[in-house]
Amino acid sequence: MVGVSAAAALAVAPSVAGAKPAGTDTPVTAKVSLTVNGQRRELELDLRTSLLDAAREHLHLTGSKKGCDHGQCGACTMIVDGRRINACLTLAVMHQGSEITTIEGLGQPENLHPMQAAFIKHDGYQCGYCTPGQICSGVAVLDEIKAGIPSHVTADLNAPMQVTEAEIRERMSGNICRCGAYSNIVEAMTEVAGRKA
Amino acid sequence: MKSFTYERPGTPAEAAAAVARTPDAKFIAGGTNLLDLMKLQIETPTHLVDVNGLGLDRIEATAEGGLRIGALVRNTDLAADPRVRKDYGVLSRALLAGASGQLRNKATTAGNLLQRTRCPYFYDTAQACNKRQPGSGCAALDGVSRQLAVIGGSEACIATHPGDMAVAMRVLDATVETVDAKGTERKIAIADFHRLPGDKPEVDTTLRPGELITAVTLPKPLGGKQVYRKVRDRASYAFALVSVAAVVQPDGSGRVAFGGVAHKPWRSEEAEAALARGAKPVTDRAFSGAKPTHENAFKLKLAERTLNAALTQARA
Repeated sequence: MVGVSAAAALAVAPSVAGAKPAGTDTPVTAKVSLTVNGQRRELELDLRTSLLDAAREHLHLTGSKKGCDHGQCGACTMIVDGRRINACLTLAVMHQGSEITTIEGLGQPENLHPMQAAFIKHDGYQCGYCTPGQICSGVAVLDEIKAGIPSHVTADLNAPMQVTEAEIRERMSGNICRCGAYSNIVEAMTEVAGRKA
Repeated sequence: MKSFTYERPGTPAEAAAAVARTPDAKFIAGGTNLLDLMKLQIETPTHLVDVNGLGLDRIEATAEGGLRIGALVRNTDLAADPRVRKDYGVLSRALLAGASGQLRNKATTAGNLLQRTRCPYFYDTAQACNKRQPGSGCAALDGVSRQLAVIGGSEACIATHPGDMAVAMRVLDATVETVDAKGTERKIAIADFHRLPGDKPEVDTTLRPGELITAVTLPKPLGGKQVYRKVRDRASYAFALVSVAAVVQPDGSGRVAFGGVAHKPWRSEEAEAALARGAKPVTDRAFSGAKPTHENAFKLKLAERTLNAALTQARA
């Protein structure tokens, strides 16, 4: 998403200053091109549309959930350009050309991602509402540890990272589960990390 | 959310010019704080200038032996940078103590410095708040103030700067680099970057309208043991009640800054001269003149104890 050309800027905002009177609620739209779960998608969106709403309301990918809509619960977590983010706290228009993976892109019932299979095996959920975000976050957390990104509980910032229960709990703190399936989520992630190692 | 227009300029100076010429325009980088506030209509920009494409996302060595951190370097990448981990451990630790993994992946260096307070009355649009609506009063003064400032506040505002990163940057004596609409560059010492509320609590920093942060530079490494200790209501993903950033040298001297206690990272060079004598002489002086509320007076004792714990950790 870096290196957007001036032409793209023009396509988004044909005229800049004074394009509309201040304080009105007249929607301003833009063409947005995203690659979602490997497929290129073109949308015409109100600029206010979050990445989460673009997926749920416009692409009908309703796996990602809207919990708090303020980045506090993690139910909307998607993997964007290789990093997990809160899809509710970013605008779709800021993701021109981004590669986005939602829970639907990780795996399907007939072809589960290992993390999805492990959540089922270990009962890593109860009501299931936070689960897509938990699983997307869980997959990304194991990649972050592999990439050597430290966390608040990492004892030595300059030593290789390890997958421990404390590391998983700290790194998953942005995903809230009100049913309290945390211990089973830790077990599911630990198992997947073991398989990968 | 109020409607807005949007553009992606090609250079930092163009971005600054775009914000300067458009009334109520704002820069957007990670967006994790701004979009939250726009949903609540606490921020209502009419125009967004997306700075993500400006290429300010590198960390480079400086000629002086320090580091120049691009404004758009994500919090995750800054915390994980091998040079930062090795030579500026207090900064890595402060970043990792803040927010969640998802937010750190989006949040930027400049955006972190510019995040708004989390005072509950700033967020509640039904309440008086001079920072949100100048002249409306401050509901926090007689309200729920457990999280709020104990020093440096005013009759108009007792909000805190909510961040962790800035506290570490204050202890490291970082410098904020900016550019304005005319292309003029400026360097602001981090000590002068965040301001105290006074009678203008709506102004968080000394940036001028339209001025864009391009980088934050760190002087050459200080060595010593570097500690960031944060006390909060839960073990992860919460704002600080009190935090301490400390750099402690083998002879016991060093530097210390406090978070969660004031409208800006709180550091007293005069107070830290007493560091070798332990925590109490430092906090006694750093917090002389404190005006806590009945709900947050505990922060003064907590600051002393947190510094004591940080010193113990540094000497271990």
